[in-house]
Amino acid sequence: MRISTFWYCVKQGVRNICRNIWFSLASVATIAACIFLFCMFFSIMVNVQHVVHLAETTVGITVFFDEDLNVGQIQAIGSEIARRPEVASMEFISEEAAWEMMKEDYFEGLEELAQGFEEDNPMAGSSSYQIFLNDISKQDQFVAYLQDLNGVRRVNYSNSAAAGLTSFNTVVGLLSVVIIGVLLAVSVFLISNTINVTAAFRKNENQIMRYIGATNGMIRAPFVVEGVIIGLMGAIIPLAVMFYLYHQAIGYVEARFQILSGIFQFLPLETIFPYMAAAAMLLGLGIGFFASFFTIQKHLRV
Amino acid sequence: MIEISNVTKEYVEGNKALRNVSITIEDGEFVFIMGRNGSGKTTIFKLLLKEEELTSGKIIVNDMNLGKMPRSYVPKYRRRLGVVFQDFRLLKDRNVYENVAFAQRVVGASNRRIRESVPAMLQMVGLSSKYKMYPHQLSGGEQQRVAIARALINRPEVLLADEPTGNLDSHNAMEIMKLLEEINEMGTTVIVVTHSHEIVEKMHKRVIYMERGCVVGDEMEEDGLEPEEEGMTEGGEIYED
Repeated sequence: MRISTFWYCVKQGVRNICRNIWFSLASVATIAACIFLFCMFFSIMVNVQHVVHLAETTVGITVFFDEDLNVGQIQAIGSEIARRPEVASMEFISEEAAWEMMKEDYFEGLEELAQGFEEDNPMAGSSSYQIFLNDISKQDQFVAYLQDLNGVRRVNYSNSAAAGLTSFNTVVGLLSVVIIGVLLAVSVFLISNTINVTAAFRKNENQIMRYIGATNGMIRAPFVVEGVIIGLMGAIIPLAVMFYLYHQAIGYVEARFQILSGIFQFLPLETIFPYMAAAAMLLGLGIGFFASFFTIQKHLRV
Repeated sequence: MIEISNVTKEYVEGNKALRNVSITIEDGEFVFIMGRNGSGKTTIFKLLLKEEELTSGKIIVNDMNLGKMPRSYVPKYRRRLGVVFQDFRLLKDRNVYENVAFAQRVVGASNRRIRESVPAMLQMVGLSSKYKMYPHQLSGGEQQRVAIARALINRPEVLLADEPTGNLDSHNAMEIMKLLEEINEMGTTVIVVTHSHEIVEKMHKRVIYMERGCVVGDEMEEDGLEPEEEGMTEGGEIYED
């Protein structure tokens, strides 16, 4: 295609939009709503996944063993646990190390009091393994496995945080898929309707084009341009809104819910925006392209 | 050369619009296809334009067999034809220049070629001074001239005109016919579908008469044959054209 022909098609696409400005605006608004929700859910999911990831790397499972086991037996069980695929890393904490950690946590400034226990380690029989998983959603299953192991006395783990975050992420994911799916269908329908109206306006022109010897591609091109422009406009608007709102939302949540600041660390916009923008633009482009491409198909035969 | 051999066209309703029609048109000829409504003349026009598929027979236009032509080749084929309609079919939102240039744009002509050929074509049809005017500012005859300029701008081998004077008074009708004659003299084969006896009589060209889907007369310019009478053909239904 010549450059002049390309620009002619672009110009015709813009003309089509101007001809049906209200239909076009309705289509842009629907796609914008769809993509705005997509961006919102995208931000929530990415942040939740970030928190879950933090939880995976900082919240561990602690396994204690029967008091009559010696270090060798404990380490043999440890080797068996280490072979499990869920395990990202694990660390052996001897009873001496456990006592040192306890002194740091509870006897700071009370060293004399601590010295009273030197001869009789209060953490005797408390050798343990601290285990970190590579996927926190598998925690319950893994804890059950540990509890069934011979020699394991107790398993300490934080159930609520991990399970809560994981299920929240799943609910947000499912909800976003359903809502975005419905909005996508509405967007495609509206673009299709807009293209149909334009095609009706241009019926005479299309017919003349056919008689003159225009190819299907040439007839279709202005409509595809129209669909793509509508799709891209529908993506740019919510991205601009999200760019502004994300900062505002983080500022608001951090100011109003300071208690969350220790648990919840929001990802900076600069980290997620390039991915969000690329996904949103592709979505807008895709909706516009495919809706217009297939809608105009039926108008091509004269 | 256009060869229409034993062509029958039957619509899905079962009506036969053409029955075993055979016509040969040489390169550079000027031919009228004449007949009343329902005679099949517009069906021939549509078959030549590849707008309709024939039911049986063969149509060859400049060595191209239309019956075997794949759909993907139709745009290329149509670029070798020029088409003019009774209702002009101009783009109302574009001026004379843009209407003519439109035919070149849709076949991917360069801006340079458009800038060169459109003014020349407008000069040929006598509309150089009106290139900025919109269709509603022109008379019927002028609108048809624009349509002819648009049909010719891509230098077609054959010009097909369906009732080109149907919406014009007799003066403008003759002006348009003179223009078509000039185009024919430049080497383009011209086929005019009409039911106007007045035009046909004044032009002294070959006339193919059609009646109820059959060719009932083929009167060459020189021999002055009269058309065959209606009663000489097989009877049949009246078809919509």
